[in-house]
Amino acid sequence: MKMLMLGNEAVARGLYEAGCAVVSSYPGTPSTEITEAVAKFPEVYAEWAPNEKVAMETAFGASLAGKRAFCGMKHVGLNVAADPLFTLSYTGVNGGLVIAVADDAGMHSSQNEQDSRHYARAAKLPMLEPADSAEGLAFAKLAYELSEQFDTPVLLKMCTRIAHSQSVVETGQRITPPEKPYVKNGPKYIMMPGNAKRRHPVVEERTRALMDWAETADINRIEDGPDKSMGILTSSTSYQYVKEVLGDTYPVLKLGMVWPLPVEKLRSFAAGVDKLVVVEELDGFLEAWCREIGLEVEGKSLFSAIDELSQNLVAAPLGKAPDAGVKLDAAIPPRPPVMCAGCPHRGLFYTLNKLKLTVLGDIGCYTLGAVPPLAAIDSTLCMGASFSGIHGFLKAGGDPKKTVAVIGDSTFMHSGMTGLVNIAYNESPATVIILDNSITGMTGHQQNPTTGFNLKGDPCTKIDLETLCRSVGIRRVRVVDPYNLKECETAIKEELEADEASVVISRRPCALLKYVKHKKPLTVDPSKCVGCKSCMKIGCPAIAIVDGKATVDATLCVGCGVCQQLCKFDALQGHEEV
Amino acid sequence: MKTKNIMIVGVGGQGSLLASKLLGRLLLDQGYDVKVSEVHGMSQRGGSVVTYVRFGDQVYSPIIDKGEADFIVSFELLEAARWTEYLQPGGHIVTNTQQINPMPVITGAASYPAGLAAEMAEKGISVDAFDALSLAVQAGSPKAVNLVLMGRLSRSFDFTEEQWMDAIQKSVPEKFLEMNRTAFRLGRDA
Repeated sequence: MKMLMLGNEAVARGLYEAGCAVVSSYPGTPSTEITEAVAKFPEVYAEWAPNEKVAMETAFGASLAGKRAFCGMKHVGLNVAADPLFTLSYTGVNGGLVIAVADDAGMHSSQNEQDSRHYARAAKLPMLEPADSAEGLAFAKLAYELSEQFDTPVLLKMCTRIAHSQSVVETGQRITPPEKPYVKNGPKYIMMPGNAKRRHPVVEERTRALMDWAETADINRIEDGPDKSMGILTSSTSYQYVKEVLGDTYPVLKLGMVWPLPVEKLRSFAAGVDKLVVVEELDGFLEAWCREIGLEVEGKSLFSAIDELSQNLVAAPLGKAPDAGVKLDAAIPPRPPVMCAGCPHRGLFYTLNKLKLTVLGDIGCYTLGAVPPLAAIDSTLCMGASFSGIHGFLKAGGDPKKTVAVIGDSTFMHSGMTGLVNIAYNESPATVIILDNSITGMTGHQQNPTTGFNLKGDPCTKIDLETLCRSVGIRRVRVVDPYNLKECETAIKEELEADEASVVISRRPCALLKYVKHKKPLTVDPSKCVGCKSCMKIGCPAIAIVDGKATVDATLCVGCGVCQQLCKFDALQGHEEV
Repeated sequence: MKTKNIMIVGVGGQGSLLASKLLGRLLLDQGYDVKVSEVHGMSQRGGSVVTYVRFGDQVYSPIIDKGEADFIVSFELLEAARWTEYLQPGGHIVTNTQQINPMPVITGAASYPAGLAAEMAEKGISVDAFDALSLAVQAGSPKAVNLVLMGRLSRSFDFTEEQWMDAIQKSVPEKFLEMNRTAFRLGRDA
């Protein structure tokens, strides 16, 4: 059946059709929907793991047991899972193992725009790169065939524009892959030095074999064109931009596998054109390979290594970009993302800002606490860095009475726990705050080990944060309601004063969760409002000052009542149950 | 045929994904190659969002670039103004006149510019600015703005009302079907 499918959904469909049996992933934009979509097939066991390393090792175990397995993650997630990745290259697989990694050029929802193709080369693993949803589906299936044929995990590289674009696919039937019962094989699976020394040459030989495969593979295809003054080497979304701009004018070598790369195919393609041009997003990865094999090539001198490409960015250096449309003279203010009305993080960040604390932040919706007027975050690095970072900050003389770290519930389970263990073990008097909104918010509401539900939506073991924190040796653990500003302030002040480590759990479910009951929107009594703008200090999108008085947007306000606590004139009214 | 480009712009959370789903359904049913590019993740949190819908004989790029859009459908006035450079000569803007203040305006760091629809018209942009929110409320819910806008956009295409209604039926849950049909008709006929 022909249908429109998101790139990520198409990959999920491909996994399903290939007979994939076990999926373990950690959510991360733009990779999340692969796992969400594949979880809808009852034939596939699918789960959210606490982090990408656990997910990849789970997928390894499933492969070892003989089933086709999958794990998916965003680019920075692959950093977390890099440890198993590099040695999985040595062990190879039993059942096929496919690892999807989704890059985010342009940083639509990421802290950097690293190019994951380097991982394929560094870990000596094949990497397929689809250019639309149909290829997403086909390549997911092909990846399993390659994985089992060449005894290797296969990387499937997505990017935002392929992952989050819908295009036409045709679906097929699920197959039953060959049975591969587990057979004990120490020399292959026990990677201690003696065995690993014998596996490394196998890895090098496999890369050579895959290079041979790349020479003739259909997915590395040449689309001929009449004008040989230029030939273009490209892949993924860049291929689409090239075809959009140049049509069928010039010969194009479209790569479906971006590592390992063919030599003879590239040389003969280059020999047939006057000039070889590489169009690729982010780093000059393919370009560097061309140079290594002695080809003259142009690439990053024409197309930026920064940000994502587009048809105009491909067209401009070739003198073909259309003129932009009319620009208005009016100054158009930006519209950055904001914390939602009723967001439980707001009251907590207001308190941190009010107390003028140094705040080591982490990865999640709450990174928006860095934006004025809350402006309460000093650093954001990677998942877990808040709790590890504050420990180092304090050991280096940072003031424990004026410094806190904040992390979300899901991020804490991902990699904040180990930082907390370090705080307890190496004894810093850190005050750390878990922003427990009872969901993984930023990526679109995924369950996690603290929510009591699994990926399939079934009730499951719920990790108790208070017990966990106490059990690693933190004696001071307390829970506050971030809608209650006074309670937040008192708790944080007291914990900062304490001479030992403390955990404050700021607990309120995300306001967007369907089960959360909202109160009636607040109203403003204009006779009481003096226009002092105290209520504006929390940066709530539902409140504005119009003609010198506060107004509340009833379509946005969920009656959380945080603004009411700031009003000294009792002008904000309501806060009633619906 | 040359690929046609429709941009759907608005504020995160306004429901632009349903509009693109409906268009995708309609265009696929009419036999076109279609690509729809969405925004997920952080910008959905009340930020400026854009969805690209492209259709034709063969569509390559999933996105629409400056100077390319045949239509910009906007859920909010400032967002329509933000993207005018993406319109091609002869392109057309359909916009809701609703104004939602972005955070820099709420905090007083910037102001919401006045007379945006008038400036667009002055600059020769073909613009249809109307109160889609009121029509949505009339249809039964402020959330039906997306269908009101699709109804308005439908005037610029040769597809029959039946074809649109068929796509609506395939795109929305049964219990909201009647409301969405009403919203579409209000946008189309108002």
